[in-house]
Amino acid sequence: MDAAFFAGWLRRAAELIEADSERLTRLDAAIGDGDHGLNLNRGFSAAVAALPALPDDTVPGKVLIAAGRAIVSKTGGASGPLYGGALRAAGKALGDAPDVDEAALGAALRAALDGIQGLGQAAMGDKTMVDALAPAVDAYEQALRRHGDPAACAEAAAEAAAHGAVATVPLQARKGRASYLGTRSIGHEDPGAASTVLLMRALADAAAGTR
Amino acid sequence: MRKLINNPADVVSDALRGLAAAHPSLRVDLEARVVVRADAPRTGKVGLVSGGGSGHEPLHAGFVGFGMLDAACPGEVFTSPVPDQILAATAAVDGGQGVLHIVKNYTGDVLNFKMAAELAEDDDIEVASVVVDDDVAVQDSTFTAGRRGTGATLFVEKIAGALAEAGAGLTEVAAAAREVNERTRSFGVALSSCTVPAAGEPTFTLGEDEMELGIGIHGEPGRERAELATADEIVNAALAAIHTDMPLDGAEVLVLVNGMGGTPLIEQYIAYAAAANWFEGHGVTVARSLVGDYVTSLEMAGCMITVCRLTPELRRLWDAPVETPALRWGR
Repeated sequence: MDAAFFAGWLRRAAELIEADSERLTRLDAAIGDGDHGLNLNRGFSAAVAALPALPDDTVPGKVLIAAGRAIVSKTGGASGPLYGGALRAAGKALGDAPDVDEAALGAALRAALDGIQGLGQAAMGDKTMVDALAPAVDAYEQALRRHGDPAACAEAAAEAAAHGAVATVPLQARKGRASYLGTRSIGHEDPGAASTVLLMRALADAAAGTR
Repeated sequence: MRKLINNPADVVSDALRGLAAAHPSLRVDLEARVVVRADAPRTGKVGLVSGGGSGHEPLHAGFVGFGMLDAACPGEVFTSPVPDQILAATAAVDGGQGVLHIVKNYTGDVLNFKMAAELAEDDDIEVASVVVDDDVAVQDSTFTAGRRGTGATLFVEKIAGALAEAGAGLTEVAAAAREVNERTRSFGVALSSCTVPAAGEPTFTLGEDEMELGIGIHGEPGRERAELATADEIVNAALAAIHTDMPLDGAEVLVLVNGMGGTPLIEQYIAYAAAANWFEGHGVTVARSLVGDYVTSLEMAGCMITVCRLTPELRRLWDAPVETPALRWGR
């Protein structure tokens, strides 16, 4: 998977976020302040807009770092530093390799999760994006151990993320703005977990194209 | 959505252009999205930077000026500013004595200010941060993101600003800011939600006879929905929540009865009358008070009560001259 693959992932992610922006905002209005879709749409549009400025011989790691910077600069809120920081951590994990295999991509996803947890201090069950991303990374690694190709690994990650997001519905939020609601956060899907599903779905869509 | 705007996407930049035009004492950089005192940086003075989502006006940009903030970074409506903005503001007000970041305790604000502080330190600017978390409606525990920063932000900005204006160093200014935060508690009530312009519809809806108790300042629902009560009952409940958390018996206090943006001043004074009555009944001396829209949540109806247990030194700093668009006296 080369730089063009990662640029394709980000473009697909921006498309999915734009298409689902209103749903994300609605989820956020229920337990937050109703701007998640708007903010992510702004951030990922900026990430895609930053891509053409990269040199032609750029490497995958640099694509993710540039996208992460743009997201930190344009998103605001907690999701800006969290998603932007995650992409930068993933980009750093990929290093200078011009082409990466499924194992390296798995390590980058693990680095992204570590980045989010390092900054946001959320654990599984806190009703945050971690509840979608952690099972996604686990599922990716499991598929990798079964010698799955990139498409199979990414599909496993996307499906696990989707299950993880649905599983946030009965949880009481312990991090982020939803935690102010106490037990009233129960019964709603976490908007951060929902947007993480879109990022993993975009990865699976991009990886399906490598077959 | 019925709002006095041109385009939902331009709300923050249009408002900043108006702020710049109305207040020549401010330098407004529309590109970097920072509002800076026109005379910044002041050599030898600690710089004070705050910021947060827009929609809380006059907080924070309305408190930029002599004796208060040196700069404010307004984010999108209810969305924290980004690190680039905060860094630009920090660099613009650094007079060589370091810069204090005053941060309301919301995950987004904390993370973005933290990133900006690291970037500023890379540029050899010394930064101290104080996180404001005065809202007693949220329990500070491992089960929440911690208490929210609300009305105390105004007190912290005013008192730390007075100390910085008098030439105190960064450590001293940061310590005073923390002291004010520790001595201040707030509780808010909403009688309506509000509409984020880009979202176009109210964040939540309330029935005619309902209210939200324990709200923050982002149009989010509170801890609990209750039957609408009288001003006296609402204020008594708010003060009881504050008093339980920080006993006020025999204290000398600074009080803010704060309108959330959609409650007329006449109702705010009704709330203040109830508060004054409560204080008298509890042997609390109100040394200083403020009534009005200072820390708002767009057009939300409701009010927030903020109480600070003063010391003679804090009272002196509160009384020190201030000259900003939204707060001015003694000069």
